[in-house]
Amino acid sequence: MDVSQYLDLFLEESMEHLQTLNTGLLNLENNPGRLDFLDEIFRSAHTLKGMSATMGYDSITQLTHKMENLLGKIKERKVELNQEIINTLFQCVDVVESMLNKIREGETPEVDLNDLLEKLSKAEEQKAAKQSSEVGSQEKKKNKTKDKQENTEKAEKKQANKSEQKQEEKLEVVSEDESEDISKDDSEDIPEENEVDQATIVFNDSEKNIINEAVSKGYSLWKIQISLAPECLMKAVRAFMVFRNLGNIGDIIKSIPSVQDIEDEKFDKEFTLALVTKKGQKEIEAALNISEISVERLEKLKGEKTKQTVVNNFKTINKDTDNSKKQTIHQTVRVDIGRLDKLMNLVGELVINKTRLEQIYLANDLRGLNEAIEQINRITTDLQMVVQNVRMVSVEQVFNRFPRMVRDLSQEMGKDVELILEGKDTELDRTVIDEIGDPLVHLIRNSLDHGLELPEERRALHKNATGILKLSARHEGNRVTICVEDDGKGIDVDVIKKKSVEKNIVTPAQLESMDEQNIINLIFESGFSTAKVVTDVSGRGVGLDVVKSKIQALSGQVFVETKKGQGSRFVIKLPLTLAIIQALLVKVQDEVFAIPLGNIDETTNLETEKIEHVHGQNALVLRGKVLPLVNIQKILEVPGDNEVKEANVVVVYKGDQKVGLVVEELIGQQEIVISSLGKMLSGVPGIAGASILGNGKVSLILDIGTLI
Amino acid sequence: MEGQYIALKLGHEEYAVDILGVKEIIRLSHITRVPKAPFFIQGVINLRGNVIPVINSHLRLGLQQIEMTEKSRIIIFNIEDTVVGFTVDEVIEVITLNDEMLEKPQMVEGNNKYIKNIGKMNDRLIMILDSDKLLDLSLI
Repeated sequence: MDVSQYLDLFLEESMEHLQTLNTGLLNLENNPGRLDFLDEIFRSAHTLKGMSATMGYDSITQLTHKMENLLGKIKERKVELNQEIINTLFQCVDVVESMLNKIREGETPEVDLNDLLEKLSKAEEQKAAKQSSEVGSQEKKKNKTKDKQENTEKAEKKQANKSEQKQEEKLEVVSEDESEDISKDDSEDIPEENEVDQATIVFNDSEKNIINEAVSKGYSLWKIQISLAPECLMKAVRAFMVFRNLGNIGDIIKSIPSVQDIEDEKFDKEFTLALVTKKGQKEIEAALNISEISVERLEKLKGEKTKQTVVNNFKTINKDTDNSKKQTIHQTVRVDIGRLDKLMNLVGELVINKTRLEQIYLANDLRGLNEAIEQINRITTDLQMVVQNVRMVSVEQVFNRFPRMVRDLSQEMGKDVELILEGKDTELDRTVIDEIGDPLVHLIRNSLDHGLELPEERRALHKNATGILKLSARHEGNRVTICVEDDGKGIDVDVIKKKSVEKNIVTPAQLESMDEQNIINLIFESGFSTAKVVTDVSGRGVGLDVVKSKIQALSGQVFVETKKGQGSRFVIKLPLTLAIIQALLVKVQDEVFAIPLGNIDETTNLETEKIEHVHGQNALVLRGKVLPLVNIQKILEVPGDNEVKEANVVVVYKGDQKVGLVVEELIGQQEIVISSLGKMLSGVPGIAGASILGNGKVSLILDIGTLI
Repeated sequence: MEGQYIALKLGHEEYAVDILGVKEIIRLSHITRVPKAPFFIQGVINLRGNVIPVINSHLRLGLQQIEMTEKSRIIIFNIEDTVVGFTVDEVIEVITLNDEMLEKPQMVEGNNKYIKNIGKMNDRLIMILDSDKLLDLSLI
């Protein structure tokens, strides 16, 4: 069987299962006593095994099979769970991940697994766990202080909540089982009925009515039990074909599991249907002649009249609650991001043409056109919102990889760290999500490596021995703020002063005139940090310039706040979306530029005589504060010498400072679609991209971060 | 082997480019200047909704600048997914040259690095430009 067409799907789903494994193992590590976390881990390992076997990746199958065996034994309490086993399982997850990466790159994923397999077998052979074992494994963490225990208690509470959910799920399953049991009992009471097995169909009132009516009109009711071939890859599709074919010859009254679950592939290999039709057995069999499908059972049920009386209300209610629960599960579709990009481009073009229409209207005052334009305006705005929302992905995707990373790093460095994740469901554009991972990894490593102290050091400073690393995301107006903060030692200004002079980033004279925040910001300068800084000095700043440039490339900003001895906080501000933004169009001589609204604080009128000269630089006193002025014409080398008597100032943020841009004329606020300038012009300083205006001309979008 | 070329004029001299890399030829439209771009980039244009950089051929080849006229055109290249415009003073015609009509240029210095071959057609001497090198920004 050719499975290559399923490769993408396989890789994607496997990665999700690896994520589940990682999270599950981490939970288990923190609470070794709670074997219920094993269920999820076990399921993921099992699914991985099944999928890789189907795809023919034997080594993954072999490894996951072993993992599954071991997990099974732990579950049955035949093997004692300890740190070593968890480490081994983590290693297995890593190996599977690297194999999957190789598959993605088109290589064969053969890796020497003997070592790991041996470890797994060894672990499997361990003696059964006694009750004391759990205490033992917890004793391993004896170096923890009281506070730590409090923390773990907190964590346990959190997890207890989770497990409650899980128990609910379990309850659901149980209740279903019960229902089947009941139906079994029911059927035994009714000797005239067909022999009933576990797949007996139980109908609710409305269904029964339909059946009764159908039977009275000469239809007959069939019970059809269908099973899929074990190698069937697209279960939902096959099931759909069954539904379609049967729908052609009759009506499907009921299916077990429900149609919704079947569509979501939430069933094993079998499902049972109740069909009302006038057709006979042969026609039904003909309709079910579908590959990878076999009919386990096909039997004619009678009018079901007797059964009605037996079906009790309790069960109906039970089913109903089940249904209502399932409705809350969102249906999702996997879509290639390329298609969404195309959609976004089309919407972008629509927006461009909309502005064009508006201009035509302004030029020729046509009656009726105004109304139409307003309608189009509303529709395009809605459309744009919808498309934008479709592209939104929660930051959870990025955040989820950090618990594992922090665990590994803190173990490596011998630091006690508690990672707090906040606002995981904050949504960001897919493109931003893809790009934000690396800078965050950088900042987290930085905090772990240079920010947080060793447990002994922390105790000596009367701090909690467990350091806190907090990663949070939240919406702020049209932007998303992501913070990475720690309660470590903070940034030492004196060390930065020393280093930046050594590295020739600033002269000692320049340092004199800088305030503390400006000095701290020097860590973002390129050339500030080298690997040597890391080992020699307690300061931070491994390639923070890379972080900064990456975030600026996403039209974002990054700041740092720090208090010596108390920790530091890196704040990243990002736009929600990159494709369409609000901008202010300004005119400089004959050229039009767009300034993203996100960068702008305010605009104000400028009378040339009010310009002050401070340190050889032009400045404006605005409400008592000195605002440095920048002449855009000079910076952008705009040709032309129109005498400017009256100008406007656009006050923009550069980092956390305000700067006034002197422009000739403010044209107005407008939605613009960002186009890239292409490979050839990428990296031109001060220009974030281009946009096509309503008049068909191209206007450049200014990148305030690199412009001034 | 025969190949088709687009013959064009830069100043008073006749040049040609391989037709295979050419996507289309358009009339001059509004070109938006890009500050701080490489000196030979004239700017960017709007080509049916796409923003495309345009190279000034005179600056690129180190020729004397002349005013753009009615006859000026922009040749749009599409080479390895890079779409770039190239200003020329006039597009003359599509010509067919075979191997015998082509000669390697004698000198390899200076701006000759952009000239792949010299084509001889009747009495005309046509310098065949190397489109790949024209668009390679690392060559200046």
